[in-house]
Amino acid sequence: MGSYVPSTPAERQEMLKAIGLSDYRQLYRDVPESMYLEHPLDIPAGMSEMEVGRAVSAMAAKNRVFPVILRGAGAYDHYIPSIVKYIPAKEEFLTAYTPYQAEISQGILQSIFEYQTMICELTGMDVSNASVYDGATAAAEAAAMCRDRKRRVTLISAAAHPDTINTVRTYCFGTNDELRVVPAKDGKTDLEALKQLLTDDVASVYIQQPNFNGLFEDAEAIGQAAHAAGAMFVMGCNPIALAIMKTPAACGADVAVGEAQPLGMPISYGGPYLGYMATTTKYMRKLPGRIVGQTVDDKGNRAYVLALQAREQHIRREKASSNICSNEALCALTASVYMAAMGPGGMAEAATQSMSKAHYLAKGLCSIPGISMKYDGAYFHEFVVEMPRADEALQALEDAGILGGLPVEGGVLWCATEKVSKADLDRAIAIVKEVCTK
Amino acid sequence: MKLIFEKSVPGRKMTLLPACDVETVELPAGLRRASAPALPELSETDLSRHYTELNQHVHGVNCGFYPLGSCTMKYNPRIDEEMAALPGFTGIHPLAPASATEGCREVLDTAKQYLCEVFGMDACTFQPAAGAHGEFTGVLLIKQYHLSRGDTKRTKIIVPDSAHGTNPATAHMCGYDVVNIPSAPDGCVDLEALKAVLGDDTAGLMLTNPNTVGIFDENILEITRLVHEAGGLCYYDGANLNAVMGVVRPGDMGFDCIHSNLHKTFATPHGGGGPGACAVGCKAHLAQFLPQSALMDGEGHIQVRSFAGNFLVVVRALTYLMTLGREGIPEAAQNAVLNANYLMQKIKGTFAPAFDRICMHEFVLDLSEFKKQTGVSALDVAKTLIDYGMHPPTMYFPLIVHEALMLEPTETESRETLDWAADVFRQLFDLAHQDPAYMHSAPHNAQIGRPDEVRATRTPVVRWVKA
Repeated sequence: MGSYVPSTPAERQEMLKAIGLSDYRQLYRDVPESMYLEHPLDIPAGMSEMEVGRAVSAMAAKNRVFPVILRGAGAYDHYIPSIVKYIPAKEEFLTAYTPYQAEISQGILQSIFEYQTMICELTGMDVSNASVYDGATAAAEAAAMCRDRKRRVTLISAAAHPDTINTVRTYCFGTNDELRVVPAKDGKTDLEALKQLLTDDVASVYIQQPNFNGLFEDAEAIGQAAHAAGAMFVMGCNPIALAIMKTPAACGADVAVGEAQPLGMPISYGGPYLGYMATTTKYMRKLPGRIVGQTVDDKGNRAYVLALQAREQHIRREKASSNICSNEALCALTASVYMAAMGPGGMAEAATQSMSKAHYLAKGLCSIPGISMKYDGAYFHEFVVEMPRADEALQALEDAGILGGLPVEGGVLWCATEKVSKADLDRAIAIVKEVCTK
Repeated sequence: MKLIFEKSVPGRKMTLLPACDVETVELPAGLRRASAPALPELSETDLSRHYTELNQHVHGVNCGFYPLGSCTMKYNPRIDEEMAALPGFTGIHPLAPASATEGCREVLDTAKQYLCEVFGMDACTFQPAAGAHGEFTGVLLIKQYHLSRGDTKRTKIIVPDSAHGTNPATAHMCGYDVVNIPSAPDGCVDLEALKAVLGDDTAGLMLTNPNTVGIFDENILEITRLVHEAGGLCYYDGANLNAVMGVVRPGDMGFDCIHSNLHKTFATPHGGGGPGACAVGCKAHLAQFLPQSALMDGEGHIQVRSFAGNFLVVVRALTYLMTLGREGIPEAAQNAVLNANYLMQKIKGTFAPAFDRICMHEFVLDLSEFKKQTGVSALDVAKTLIDYGMHPPTMYFPLIVHEALMLEPTETESRETLDWAADVFRQLFDLAHQDPAYMHSAPHNAQIGRPDEVRATRTPVVRWVKA
């Protein structure tokens, strides 16, 4: 069996003796006899490092890595600069815990302070927390922070990511609060339907930008409608798009959230990802999760600490509106290193190239007879097409090492990032053409 | 240390992307941002040195002893990292077809099988991303169970006052009224207090066993029986599972569901506060209520985050579980308990344990007498430990012990380390009697002195602004 216990059998006996015991059973003397496990667990015996390395690698080998990925839908395959993989792997960053003890955690605290600043820059908001679990939980936490005694209802656009909608629905089920899904029209949030749903008990309206169909919402109009009805406006924005797209602050959002996986995290079958969450100064004290603040130490030197902790669950216990007590610090570090490596120019380049390649792909696909865009309107790096024989076409692409778009209601949702080359796209278009015109 | 923004030079950059090889498409004017975000502009050298400098001001488990009670700061094996970095895992899209994700499902299924056996449960999910998130998931299982039976009068969750602060916060997030019950002096459940609040409005009980002072509640079977008798369900907070894994199973204690932090018990790194991952296990009667992903699995279930959870953390935990296997898992628990008792024994005679009896994987020191005599607080001791190269224990928790320091050495510390730690504690005990002023102003050799936390909250500065 494998073991990470350093002490030798002889040392263990001496240690037992030092506490006046002769065997391990005596350590568990409070455990009733009836439940003390006499038989070993029904799982395989342990292994050496070499064996386990082989066994787990064999599992990885059963997966299929597609060299070309044209599927997004919440998990985006962007280029990750080499240095982004190495810095978060440094053992101190990796193995430390939440920086409760500021004196020996300045490195983590400063990295989070820098992350918060970068998220504020990207979103235009005033204050960011240290991150939350992912984009879906960020949306759910935002909905919770917007509620007060009178306004309890949350509105979410049907054009948001299905997992985000379902997660927000679950959090609302928890607190027994109502969730209303605002219908979509032509692939976007239906503004007229939204206005009908904006009663005086609505706390917040959530939209995703660009939305699940890849389309840009008319965010300012939606925000104005929300505010006119006294509700708060929450935007879930793609962070790569934000390098070039109008910020949630400029669109009037009170809370900006989103899935920050595109900022340097591999797609990894869904996680770990990173939820970012930012708001205006007005709502700073309602923002859940950790926040790092700047202060001074007892000699007057600049220092960083966990700030505003009176908001948190360990103080407020059953009065807390969120139980979150960790963040995704290493993912936030990854995102920071990514943003710093790319810089404002590189981020904008990744955004523009992703958008350009998606448009090239859309144009190519729509040149095939029988394939057309499902929706009109400006889009970023995802789009839905209606196409015949979609299953066959996707299979043919898979056979050629290309993960094609995702079948969704009424079409296929495609995505392109800066990682795919024109040659990849031409090849994908040719394969689809062959299947669809056969 | 300079901030990364203070090192930025306009125009400096790395060469990362090739030129665009298709026609460039610009955003329509009304959708463009007004000006570029002021992100830092650096070379790769700048970047590497900046983060290396930050990393040097972090105390990780690899740096030295980290007896942070309740957090299980055990060593994080490197092989687990190596496995989690395999391109066969990192390069897999969560919505890839089933034929391309067989290995991912094998990871999840194998890890579930191992953990169900360790928990004594029948089913399991890895969707929650952290312990508190797992609590939320677990209590939602209880909520769905009662509602599915049309049992709508159960509005209360019972939480002992020794519980982690997340427990009452979680119950509140699940729409329940929290009934706090006082603990017995040893942190165990006061059976009379429990009986007094049980009734047909009881949805469930949230309990940690071993409890938050490190003691296994010997009445556990009676506790879970009483809750079930009243029609409630029992939720096991697995924060302290490291003491008992492979030795006794929460399922056999009578619990209906459990959360377990993979980043504590199953050795995945804490990452400075995440990403963790959480397994929520349950008995068969709750399995139908486990969360799923709307996009991966279809609608109709609760969901606590996107996709299948923090998959790469599960890869690490599985690597660890497979390494330890059926003998290694109880061996780890037993030595976690042995190390805690050994350290407590060696400290005894100076700082006083709150409960002078065999403990589980952690123990609490009660410094209230010591403070009366010396004026030195638990905080002062914690801060002085920093100068000795030790991460301080958890301070002022659980709330039922005043001036508490909670130590959890874990099984991955050697006897020499424990001997050294005990020696440091003895030295500090003496120092407090000789030079308390020195301890009031500690640490003296850390990167910074004690920070002004009040200022950070009264006049918050939460982002950098160009001077």
